[in-house]
Amino acid sequence: MLNIIQIISRFKVLLLLLLLQGISLYILFNFNSLHRATYLSTAYEITGSINLRYNNLQSYFNLKAENDKLREQNVLLLNQLKADFQSPENNSNVITDTISADKRKYLYLSSKVISSSVIAQNNFVTLYRGANQGVEIDMGVVGVEGVIGRVVDVSPNMAIVMSLIHRKSSIVAQVKTAGGFGEIVWDGKDPRFVTLIKIAKAIDVKKGDTVVTSPYSDIFPPGQTIGFISDVKTDENTNTYVLKVKTAINFYNIHHAFLVKSLLKGELDSLINKVKKD
Amino acid sequence: MSNLLKNSLRFALFILIQVFLLDKIPPINEFIVPILYFLFILWLPFNISKTQLLLLGFLFGFVLDIFTKSPGLHASACTLIAYIRPFIIHLLMPKETYETNYIEPSIVSMGFLPYMIYVLILTIMHHFYLILLEWISFGDFVFFIGKLIASTGISMLLILITEMLSPRNIKSRSRFN
Repeated sequence: MLNIIQIISRFKVLLLLLLLQGISLYILFNFNSLHRATYLSTAYEITGSINLRYNNLQSYFNLKAENDKLREQNVLLLNQLKADFQSPENNSNVITDTISADKRKYLYLSSKVISSSVIAQNNFVTLYRGANQGVEIDMGVVGVEGVIGRVVDVSPNMAIVMSLIHRKSSIVAQVKTAGGFGEIVWDGKDPRFVTLIKIAKAIDVKKGDTVVTSPYSDIFPPGQTIGFISDVKTDENTNTYVLKVKTAINFYNIHHAFLVKSLLKGELDSLINKVKKD
Repeated sequence: MSNLLKNSLRFALFILIQVFLLDKIPPINEFIVPILYFLFILWLPFNISKTQLLLLGFLFGFVLDIFTKSPGLHASACTLIAYIRPFIIHLLMPKETYETNYIEPSIVSMGFLPYMIYVLILTIMHHFYLILLEWISFGDFVFFIGKLIASTGISMLLILITEMLSPRNIKSRSRFN
C-alpha cells in the first residue's frame, strides 16, 4: 500500500498531465464532432458579450460599405414589388381563387454578426440573436451576398453558426443554369474558396457559373447564391467534377445575416421519421 | 507590481491579442497562422510548482478554446508545453542561477542563445502537437509539414518582436546594442 502511495507521489506531475490531456482530448474528439456542447453555452454568452463590445467598435469602420450593400439589396427587392408589374386589362370579371393561395414556407429573421473566424480548420460565425429571440438549431443562415452556413448551437441570446468554411460543413447545391445535384464542402486550405463535388460530368459547367442552394435542401430556400465557379477539374476515379467555387460571401467581412426558418421542416421531419419507422 | 497581478494581466492580454488581433489578420498563405498566445506559459516565473504550471496551462488553453470554439484543442497543447517547460529550463541553465537571481525566463536571465533555444523548442512542440491534432481529424501530410514550418517561423518572428517591445527587457537592450 505504502509503495503505491510512494509511486503515485513520485509520478504525480506525470499523472496530472495524463489526466488533463485525457480531459482535453475527450472534449475535443467528442463534443467537437457533435457541436451541441450545451454545457458551454454560458461560456459562449460571456465570450459573446466581449465579442459584441469589439464588434460595436469595429462596425463603424464598415458603415459605408454596409450601407452600399443594403441599398443594392433594397433596390433588388423594390424591383420585385407586385405594384411594378401590370398587364393590360383583358378580363371582364375577377375571380378570387381562395384554394390556391400560397402557403409561406420560409421566414427570414435578421441578426447582427458579432464574430466570424477564418483562421481555424473549423470556423464559426456568432450571431447576436438566440433561443429567446426564436433561433433554433439547424436553421439556415444567409448574408446579403450569399449563404453563410447553418446554426449548430444556441444560447439564450447568441447563436453559433457552422460556416461554409468548416471541415464538417456540407450543403446540397446545384449549378444555377445547368442544374445537377452536388455538395459544397471545404478542404481547409483557403477561406475564400470552397469545393463543389458530386456534380455529374454529363452536366455542362464552365468557369464563372453561379452555384446556388438546391431545391432539395431542407434548410435553405432554393436559389440562394453560394458562389461562383473559378476552376473546373474532373475527378479521375468517378464520373464527377471537382469544382473550385469562390464564395459569394466574404467571411472576413460579415456584419449582417438573415436566419431562415423553414416553416415546413417540422412536418417534413416527422413524415420522414414515420417512413423510417415503417 | 506583484507577480500575481502581473501574470493575471498577461493572461488577459495574451488571450485578447490572440483573439482580437492575430486571428483577425487575413492569412497571406494557407500555411501561415500567427500564434503568439502560448508565450504566456513561457514567461511564467521559475519558482512556480510543476502542478500549478500544468493546471494554469490547462486553464489558459481552455479559455482560448472557448473563444475559438474548439474546446480541448489549445488546452491539450498548452498542458503539454507546461509539462515539458521545467525539463528544458533545467537542461539549458544550472539550477542556482535562476533560483537566486531572476524571477522568470528572459533574455536577461538566461542569455540570448539559451533563451532562443528554449523558445524555439517549446514553439515547435506546441505547434507540432496543435497541428497534429488537426491533422488526425483531417489528414494531409504536406499540409501538416508546411503548416508546422511556416507557423513556427512566423511565431518565432512574433516572439522576437514581442521581446523587443516588452518593457521587461529594457536592461537587455543596452547590453545587446
